[in-house]
This record gives sequence, C-alpha cells and structure tokens, in this order.
Amino acid sequence: MFTILGIPSQALFGQLLLGLINGSFYALLSLGLAIIFGLLNVINFAHGAQYMMGAFLTWMLLSYFGIGYWWALLLVPILVGIFGLLLERLLISRLHHLDHLYGLLLTFGLALIIQGAFRIQYGVSGLPYGIPVTLAGGQNLGFMFLPNYRLWVILLSLSVCLATWLLIEKTKLGAYLRAATENPTLVQAFGINVPRLITLTYGGGVALAALAGVMAAPIYSVNPNMGADMIITVFAVVVIGGMGSIAGSIVTGFALGLIEGLTKLLYPEASSTVIFIIMAIVLLLKPAGLFGRRV
Amino acid sequence: MADTAPVPLLRVDGLDAWYGDSHVLHGLSFEVRDGEVVTLLGRNGAGKTTTLRAIIGILRQRQGSISLAGREIIRHSSNAIARLGIGYCPEERGIFASLSVRENLLLPPVIRSGGLSLEQIFALFPNLQERVHSQGTKLSGGEQQMLAIARILRTGARLLLLDEPTEGLAPVIIEQIGRTIHELKRQGFTIVLVEQNFRFAAQLADRHYIVEQGKVVDMFENATLERNIDKLHAYLGV
Ligand SMILES: Nc1ncnc2c1ncn2[C@@H]1O[C@H](COP(=O)(O)OP(=O)(O)O)[C@@H](O)[C@H]1O
Ligand SMILES: [Mg+2]
Repeated sequence: MFTILGIPSQALFGQLLLGLINGSFYALLSLGLAIIFGLLNVINFAHGAQYMMGAFLTWMLLSYFGIGYWWALLLVPILVGIFGLLLERLLISRLHHLDHLYGLLLTFGLALIIQGAFRIQYGVSGLPYGIPVTLAGGQNLGFMFLPNYRLWVILLSLSVCLATWLLIEKTKLGAYLRAATENPTLVQAFGINVPRLITLTYGGGVALAALAGVMAAPIYSVNPNMGADMIITVFAVVVIGGMGSIAGSIVTGFALGLIEGLTKLLYPEASSTVIFIIMAIVLLLKPAGLFGRRV
Repeated sequence: MADTAPVPLLRVDGLDAWYGDSHVLHGLSFEVRDGEVVTLLGRNGAGKTTTLRAIIGILRQRQGSISLAGREIIRHSSNAIARLGIGYCPEERGIFASLSVRENLLLPPVIRSGGLSLEQIFALFPNLQERVHSQGTKLSGGEQQMLAIARILRTGARLLLLDEPTEGLAPVIIEQIGRTIHELKRQGFTIVLVEQNFRFAAQLADRHYIVEQGKVVDMFENATLERNIDKLHAYLGV
C-alpha cells in the first residue's frame, strides 16, 4: 500500500472505480437522452423510468421465468425498446408539431405513471439481484481489489457507447439521423421515411436506458425510485455536455462520474452537489454546454 | 387531336396553397413533357418556390391536382413523392453541416436504376471530387450549389426541380451550372427550373411559364422569347 497526495492508494483507486461505475451509467443514460433530444427535440423525462423498467424486467425475468442475466442483457433492451416504439407511435408523435414543452410534460407524466405502477406492485424497499456467477469474484491488483462485475460494467458501457458513436458518425443510418436532426423536412423530401426514423430513434434511446437498467440490477437495489434518483444527475450531465451532442454526453458522463468519486474523497460534503455546481458554472460560461452546437 | 397527345410527365392543375392563413397559390396550372426543360419565371414573392414545395409535398396545405405521368400525387407524403422519381434542389441548397461532402452526396436513397454513377457526377463537377472529405458547409457557395444538384442525380429520379440554382453566384460558376443543366437535358432528364435570370433560362429552356401572384399568367416558347421581350420585361419588372 502507498499514498498519493496523502490519500491511501486503496481509497483513491476505490473511489475512482466507483466514479467510473457511476460514470458508465451517466454516459449510457445521457447518450440515449442526447440522441432522442437531437432528433425529436423532446427532453425524455421518462428516461429514468425506462432505466428502472430495465432493472425490474431483469429481476422479473429471473423471478418469474428463471431467465438469467445474460439473456436479460439481450431481451430486456428489446422489450423495453418495443415499449418505447409504441409510446412514440401512439403518444409522442402526436405532439410533434407542438412546442417541445408538451413532449417534456407528456414524458414527465409517463414517468410518474410508470414509477407509480411499480411502486404499487413492488413497494419501495428494493429487490435483490445477484451478480451472475461467471462474473463473481474479482482481481487483486495489489494496490486494490477489482470486482469482476464492476470491471464488466465499465467495459460494456464503454463498448456500447463507442458502438453507438460509430453507428451515428460512420454509417448510412447515422448519416440519415444526423441529417434529419438538422433538417427533417428536406431529408423526407429525398424519400426517407422520417417519421419511422424518429420512432426507431426513440426506441433505440429507450433500449439504451433499459440496457443500463440491466447492468444496474446487480449493483444497485432494484426499486421503483432508482431511475428518478439517477435521472436528475443525468440531466445535469446532458446540460454540461451540451444538449444533443453525442460524443459530448459520453465523455462528460465518464468524466463527471470520476469527478464525483474524487470529490467524495477530497471533500465528501460536496460529493452530491459537485455535478450541479459544475453545471451552474458551465451554464454561466458556455450556455450551450461544453460540446454543444447551436440551440 | 387531344387524345393523341402523350400524358405530360408533370401536370399541375388548379393548385392552391397556403402558409397558415396566408393564401399564396391561386389555381396555378402548368405542365411539363418528358425530356423538357421548363422554367418558372416571375418576380420575387410570386410563388415559384411555393410551387416546387407543393409539388414535392413539403408544403402540406395544398389543394388541386398534381399528377406525375398521369398519377395523382397530391395526397402523398413527400417521401412517397420523392420515391416516384422527383429530385428536389431547394433554393436554400440545404447542405447538411454535420455530413461530409461524400455523405451529403450519398444521402438521398437510390429509388430506381438509371441514375448517374459517382464517376459521372465527378466528371460533371470535378471540384466536388477534390473535396469529398470536407464538411458539407465548408464548401463555397458555388460548390454547395453543385453539391445540391449533384446529390439528386444519383437517385434515378428523372424529374428535377431546381430552385434558383444561379442565385448569388459568380458568372463563371453560373456558366458551369448552365453547361451542367444542358448536359442533363441531353441525357434525357426533365427539369423544372425556377429562375429570376431569364437570360440564363433562355439558353436552356424549351418553354417559360410566367408566375404572378400565385398564378401562371402566360407561357412563351423559347423560340418566341425575343419577339416577346417587352412583355417579358413588363412581367419581370426589369
Ligand atoms: N414560410 C412562409 N410563411 C409565410 N409566407 C410565406 C412563406 N414562404 C413564402 N411566403 C410568402 O409566399 C409568397 C410566395 O413566396 P415564394 O414562393 O417564396 O416566392 P418566389 O419563390 O416566387 O420568390 C410570398 O408572398 C411570401 O412572402
Ligand atoms: Mg423563391
């Protein structure tokens, strides 16, 4: 064991790891929000509820059907994503011609309904979900103990963020998405079905939230409020990174997780507010966010 | 007599259009035969851009009849209309800033065979080839205009709607765009060209429709343009 800046290495790396874990969730969630905001101009207030649904569905698959973590990782984003497709088609798309405040109100209401329904059914005490056996245990790195599951969460989040970024920046579908974010009318006049693209994008953003929910189930307790607690911080991340900026939300998500972790070590009293302090400073100095375009 | 005339490729009949409460087109009618280049001439605010936007279906508040090769399309959404073979080049050019030149060029989906290949497009617009990796909006105004035309040539659309492709460009560039349109006509494209610059239009078009206050008020064969030059000046206020 050694010390850095007077802090025992064990504690420092422990907090950095915790920061990276939180950052993994911030990044995944703010990425989905940014994609949805970019194309739909809707601030998806139901994002936290959809993340919570992901965690609950993971728990339900195991408890009711005996379907474990690995299948959940595949099935849950698909199922919750389909729920998202339906929401967009049946409700959100009807508000498309109105001010985006309406979309915010609608998704806020949806979040309350979804959370309320889960609270009635499952209470708020939280349900346990075990770490998958293949990822139990951990690595002793000498200077710290690294639990396998946490390493997995960080790597998976990084890869999913990277894959999503590549999809948006380097593929044909991504070019449609970027173009439709700029000028949907013209993209549609080229023969592309923009309403369908919007529905798919919303479904994709929701699936990302659900994926984060699956990853969270073994770490945080599965409870109806888990999304509401998380989403406030994630909104701050999105504001700091810049509304609608894809790379910005990924980088900011991980960075703020780390900063939060370090603050816990250096000045624990501020750890729960540091992100909001940064948000206030960024808004003062660079209202469009660190990576923001227009708006 | 009339029954032997072929169905026009595009026929606009009694078209009315609105922006909110403001009634902009008032029973506008014209037609374009296969392989023709036809211009819509008229003063600023006459309704030329609105006409193109109504045809491609961007402007939804419209009534009357628009038929493509005899098929009524006024109820179709704009993506369906584009897929029937119409390529649209907007007045504001509409180059995407978040796409490279290459991505801009490849954006409109190919709807049928018979479009130009990338090699053919680069032969028409050599400047674009050198700049394929640039960001779309980093191009000069003239290059952006070429890109806006180029990207609708790949798709297989045979009817092109070009809204003031020479607006604000230097004479050498206007000349290059003129040569391009001439070459496209030679290759059999049908073109509706909106222009303020009738000297430019006169070198390319078969016929000219005069648009005034949301209506077509006159039509000249290109061959009779010189004879009608005073009338034309009166219409255009030049
Ligand atoms: N988005 C809009 N909203 C309201 N009125 C518009 C809009 N665009 C054009 N107009 C009006 O419609 C009329 C025709 O415009 P436009 O078709 O652009 O003319 P042109 O292309 O012949 O110059 C003008 O009076 C213009 O002010
Ligand atoms: Mg115009």
